[in-house]
Amino acid sequence: MTATVVEDSVAIGPRVSVSRGYRFELVKLVSQWRVRLLVLACWIAPALFVAGVGQQSTLPSDTLFGRWMHATGWAGPLVMLGFAGTWALPLLTSVVAGDVFACEDRLGTWRHLLVAVRSPRRIFVAKSLAGLTVILLLVAGLVVSSTVGGLLAVGNQPLVGLDGHLLAPGDTAVRVLLAWFAALAPTLALAAIGLLGSVALGRSPMGLLLPALVALAMQVAQMLPLPVAVRLALPGYAFISWNGLFTSPTQLGPLLIGVAVSLVWAVLATALAYLLFLRRDFTNPAYDGAGRRALTVGLLPLAALTAVTVAAVAVATPSLGSGIKQDKVQRSLATAFAHLYRLQTEQLHRPAVTEAQLRASAACTKSDGQDAQEGAGNDWRCVVTWHLPGVAVAGTAVYQLDIGSDGRFVADGDGPKEVNGYFLVRTSTGDAPNPLWQFDGNVELLDTTSKG
Amino acid sequence: MGLMDTLHAVRARGITKCFGEVVALDGVDLDVARGQIHGLVGPNGAGKTTLLGLLLGLAVPDGGRLEILGTPVERALAVPDGVAGFVDAPGLYPSLTARQNLAALAELRGLDAGSAGVDDALAQVGLTDVADDKTRGFSLGMRQRLGLAAALLTEPRLLVLDEPSNGLDPAGKRHVHRVLTRLAAGGTAVVLSSHRMDDLEALCAEVTILATGRVVFSGPPNKLAAENRELDYRLRTSDTAAARRLADTTTGIRLVDDTGAAGQDDQLIVVRGLVPALDELVANLVRGGVAVRELAPVVSPLEAAFLALTEQQEADK
Repeated sequence: MTATVVEDSVAIGPRVSVSRGYRFELVKLVSQWRVRLLVLACWIAPALFVAGVGQQSTLPSDTLFGRWMHATGWAGPLVMLGFAGTWALPLLTSVVAGDVFACEDRLGTWRHLLVAVRSPRRIFVAKSLAGLTVILLLVAGLVVSSTVGGLLAVGNQPLVGLDGHLLAPGDTAVRVLLAWFAALAPTLALAAIGLLGSVALGRSPMGLLLPALVALAMQVAQMLPLPVAVRLALPGYAFISWNGLFTSPTQLGPLLIGVAVSLVWAVLATALAYLLFLRRDFTNPAYDGAGRRALTVGLLPLAALTAVTVAAVAVATPSLGSGIKQDKVQRSLATAFAHLYRLQTEQLHRPAVTEAQLRASAACTKSDGQDAQEGAGNDWRCVVTWHLPGVAVAGTAVYQLDIGSDGRFVADGDGPKEVNGYFLVRTSTGDAPNPLWQFDGNVELLDTTSKG
Repeated sequence: MGLMDTLHAVRARGITKCFGEVVALDGVDLDVARGQIHGLVGPNGAGKTTLLGLLLGLAVPDGGRLEILGTPVERALAVPDGVAGFVDAPGLYPSLTARQNLAALAELRGLDAGSAGVDDALAQVGLTDVADDKTRGFSLGMRQRLGLAAALLTEPRLLVLDEPSNGLDPAGKRHVHRVLTRLAAGGTAVVLSSHRMDDLEALCAEVTILATGRVVFSGPPNKLAAENRELDYRLRTSDTAAARRLADTTTGIRLVDDTGAAGQDDQLIVVRGLVPALDELVANLVRGGVAVRELAPVVSPLEAAFLALTEQQEADK
């Protein structure tokens, strides 16, 4: 009996190792012209875009950090990150992860692959790792290319953060890198959803489109007036919450929650794809997606995860409303104003002042005080007050605020002209952009960050 | 392990396989000796591809016993080393060249094929000239030959091929036949399915005919022909009128008015009869001074038997 067992184990054909399967999958992926084109585009196009925009008079000021693209090269990778989170990364993950399994259905090569590798588990691992490698290569291209393009075209100057304070180039570099790392988490979640769609839907184009559709749905959800707990429980929130890295103190709470949620989604969606893949009947030539099983094994657990995450975030954080409260808006605006006032003071060669001396404060109302004083909207009006040493009368300036439901706001100066009413200031070397005229800011939706 | 087991590359007893309500294989027995080319014939849906899939280890039978290269197969993807081939179509990646397809496969399986091994496999199937072309533009016949080359890389002891002659031109067919014959001479068992009866007759030592998942015949093709009914033969002679007269007077031979087989060729007649009666007709023609220029079955014996057996099976159903 023992002899038979040994003989059988020797007789059975060897399985292909994961490393060899990984190389095989990588060769197949990289041989596709569209993947090569994407790699080329991700490593070249951002540099050209950032350098090109840096030379133009009109800046993409509706994109976060876009208004600073003339001031520092470090704005380039952040503008690219904003664009990537909205468009590029969902589409890239769709093309790569959404097709990594479906391509075998399209080519009719599953049986060939199974006979060669002899282990669906190893095929799954090899394919997932190969897809992940290509996605990381594309993301690395976006980061490196936009950074190099920005630094070469504009230079290595300090960056103005979202609360108006200046970040030294070294500090900015670290934060830019961290922001892109944070954005990797939702990218992985989308990639895992792509794997799940690719396994569950077979050759159907829906499998390819799934990450892009999920990303679009998440973006639409983030635009809706949802409670903070729901907003943070969605896997795409880390595409937004990296903004908190550019404030002082850093808004780590939403960032860490967003990253953690994205990673849980990535793990669960990958596990579900794995289960669906192992249960697939490869002998059935009529297979065209997992059908009803895709609903029960694929969709329902993710819906349950969303519900559990919403509940967990709601319990862990006290914020159940929009998170955009009057006091937080006032504090955020006053802080940014004080930092930027110092910048303007430096531009105009006035006597230096500190934020403590300025004692800036803001009084904000929404809808002229008619409605509840919280929530997103472009009907916030604020009066900022500050003091100068040796001057008895406090200065005042008016701002209109357009606050998005994700907490990001644009403050639009409404006068007086010499402070914030005009887009240029006259310096000894000529006209320069007025930092107090229009600026971006961020209201932290959670109450977790210590008040700075 | 008995002597019979070591002599057989495939030994199947009472194999059944179902897909839901559909019975794909129903008590199939199959013996394929080492060094034998064995043909699988059957109408569409007879279970040929399912059986080939079992031999490749893509699935396990629901019932019965299957031994491959002397090893019982008890779970999917657990066939012994030395089994190669393809079902449905060869698995090729269109963005890779023919050489890259083979090299990637060789590396995947940890084969010491190197570029020499890949080149040798390509040469054997006659694809050296297109080795560096992407397979996206390959014809069906070229794809089949490249699939065979991929199988050759593993130096198989059991080669399983699903309709390898599909789309082959005469040169490609010659390459494939030569490769299969050489493999069999070296001790490799080859199981192939085909709808090309001439290929099966030329290559196979034995054939198995499947109909609706059951074996309706298994054995040498000549035994099938001998067991069969009368066949139609095309006969071309130097004197058609004399040939007609002699055919009319030969016992067991009937003239067939088959314009489809004879076409517009007025030197060609179609006769029907068993092989002994046909031998008598040839002797009569020779004695009558009529030269025989062509004598061939209108439909091959195997095809005729196949049609008869499968039609019978349908009628029984």
